[in-house]
Amino acid sequence: MTKQTHRHADCLDPILGRYGHDASNLLQILRELQECVGYLPAVSITCLAEKLAIPRARIESVASFYSFLHLQAHGEYRVLFSDNITDRMLGSVELMQSMCRQLWVEPGKVSEDGLVSINTTSCTGMCDQGPALLVNGRAITRLTHQRVQEIAQLIRNRTPLADWPADFFRVEDNIRRSGLVLDNRLVPGEVLRAALSMSVRGSTGSPRTEIGTAVVEAIKQSGLRGRGGAGFPTGLKWEACRNAQGANHYVVCNADEGEPGTFKDRVLLTRQADLVFEGMTLCALAIGAKQGFVYLRGEYRYLLEPLQAVLQQRRDSNLLGRNILGQSGFDFDIAIHLGAGAYICGEESALIESLEGKRGVPRNRPPFPVTHGYMQQPTAVDNVETFCQAALAIHMGAENYKAIGTAKSSGSKLISVSGDCPRPGIYEYPFGVSVREILQDCGAVNTRAVQISGPSGVCVAEHEFDRRLGFEDLPTAGAFMVFDDSRDMFEVARNYVHFFAHESCGFCTPCRVGTSMLKQTMDKIAAGLGTQYDLSEVENLDHVLQTTSHCGLGRTACNPVLHTLKYFRPAYESRLKSLEFKPAFDLDGALARARQMTGRDDAGAHLKTEAT
Amino acid sequence: MIPPAKPKLRIATTSLAGCFGCHMSFLDIDERLFPLLDLVEFDRSPLTDIKHCGPCDIGLIEGGVCNAENVHVLREFRKNCKTLIAIGACAINGGLPAQRNHLDLGSCLTEVYLTEPGLAHGHIPNDPELPLPLDKVHPLHEVVKIDYFIPGCPPSGDAIWKFLTDLIAGKTPELGHGLIKYD
Repeated sequence: MTKQTHRHADCLDPILGRYGHDASNLLQILRELQECVGYLPAVSITCLAEKLAIPRARIESVASFYSFLHLQAHGEYRVLFSDNITDRMLGSVELMQSMCRQLWVEPGKVSEDGLVSINTTSCTGMCDQGPALLVNGRAITRLTHQRVQEIAQLIRNRTPLADWPADFFRVEDNIRRSGLVLDNRLVPGEVLRAALSMSVRGSTGSPRTEIGTAVVEAIKQSGLRGRGGAGFPTGLKWEACRNAQGANHYVVCNADEGEPGTFKDRVLLTRQADLVFEGMTLCALAIGAKQGFVYLRGEYRYLLEPLQAVLQQRRDSNLLGRNILGQSGFDFDIAIHLGAGAYICGEESALIESLEGKRGVPRNRPPFPVTHGYMQQPTAVDNVETFCQAALAIHMGAENYKAIGTAKSSGSKLISVSGDCPRPGIYEYPFGVSVREILQDCGAVNTRAVQISGPSGVCVAEHEFDRRLGFEDLPTAGAFMVFDDSRDMFEVARNYVHFFAHESCGFCTPCRVGTSMLKQTMDKIAAGLGTQYDLSEVENLDHVLQTTSHCGLGRTACNPVLHTLKYFRPAYESRLKSLEFKPAFDLDGALARARQMTGRDDAGAHLKTEAT
Repeated sequence: MIPPAKPKLRIATTSLAGCFGCHMSFLDIDERLFPLLDLVEFDRSPLTDIKHCGPCDIGLIEGGVCNAENVHVLREFRKNCKTLIAIGACAINGGLPAQRNHLDLGSCLTEVYLTEPGLAHGHIPNDPELPLPLDKVHPLHEVVKIDYFIPGCPPSGDAIWKFLTDLIAGKTPELGHGLIKYD
């Protein structure tokens, strides 16, 4: 404890200094403090509460919300295996068991010597190079039995993470097909220069207002729609935000890429960071913002320093900062905030709560972030890819951009392909590409089903492979998980249901309880105790969740089951015990303790499992 | 020709691991018991003292499942009742008796019968006449299929009246505002 007290005292003041002793940066402060101390000891929280003049309860409520923040010591090495279905298909369950055996530790517990803890976490966005894990927040990819053995050895020897082989941490981009976005070779600032030379005929405003209006008009003309999944027209969003009254306007880039099976934002932030920032700056120009944020998911912590270096280069080239490119009054800068393992923060209003240093609980909408966003000010929240597409739309001109894709879905889309195919990775297509074309390109054979846009999206079976990606038919945030005919679609759905139960933020009862009930029902069916009754209960649950959940998480939580029930009902039925109702637990077993305590073993001391 | 009188519906009721509070609340329908008796007759119920239920239209059960006897009674009801209704918090969630669920049954029995002073004369009752307690208290729907739930601790007489009259009239029972309270 003394050692920790010293450590936290040494760390805390510089961190608080960097974040201006501002409680709205609480999540960032806690995250950095934990990087320094290893976890968040009670003494640090007391000290922090005093220094920020906020109640301890508020700090604990935030710290306990995020799965990457810890109020108890969790070992010098914290290993988290990515638990997406694609990791499981590549053998992650066995690898985790093996590591637990080698380090003498049970999953979810800290080893007795306090050295290591091993557990699972939601998809870490490395589906094309899994199985993957995080060790003290750093991503390790392409796990094999040999690599697991090496990791166990390094942990036993207490080798500092910095001295582990660099190859462990290598993250491939795996770009298999490039297009508009991935092929661009724009010079940083090129799009902004083009934008600054735009003007609207007949406009009487100041030059900057005039340019902003021109940018919004061009984005509207381009037909660009958000790439985070919902597909809201970007031009309308920017226009509404621009017209909203407020002391400050904000640009927020949603890089909390948590939807299992999605990893295209990771590649964009690795390969096209300048384009992302260029798009954000363009948005700032359009809506009149002076401050922007990138909300980067905690799993991509390793991208923080490279991204900050790109931001610094842009400041040095006058592409960020004051009077950008000599345009008087065009001031804008970008800060990066890291998430801490909460899928729900991908929902824009939860993301804003998290940016403000609170628990990531979605807000009531309306009002929408465009009028009441960050600090209740007008805020444009867009996906990483949307900002890239916006920059390109301005660069090539609205008409040229609109010519790509389909009538209602202009431009290109990055698809994150994973699962049963020889060439997983990133594929960029114009909108309108069919599922079949993508399957052919990635070399998938004997495909049984594709999960489009992650667990909250749709499951597409073989007879639908001619359906096309686009807002007309199959909208997608980018995930494309392929399952061949060796896969059990029931287990796929069960994995997704566990994911939703784990990621429910707990704020509203229908979702908090409903996702757990759904999980229990799927586990009951998996244990061979399910009946037709349980299948119809899933439909009832879906109705409750659809109609009463606070946000989209609860509303979509039943989708994986409903979709797989529709197409793969025999995968469920083959597991059912009978058509009659069966209890989820062993009734006779439930009497065992009482038999033991009373020494009875007569007929009345037993219950038949089958109702008679 | 006079049409034959519409046969009365048969109702059975019982209390498992409950306090009979829901039955007391049922009696709170007061004088409406008379019009109810024009429509229904009672099978097994504390009101009739019939020990086993025969074929019925409606079964009403209060209380959760805490021992082997509860399981037998619940199965008897499920087997005989076309529509089975869980009434009250204990039947739906386990309620107050389920507070023992986070304790080990063995240590409960030890504390009650062995270590604390009392009437047990230092041994845990083991007469075969006594039903054995389950290690945990379960809501009804974890043991058999339940068709309807009437929430409340207890549900008010008005709620029970509305629910039964809806059901008897062939309507899907709907407890609107005022009949379900969460305070």
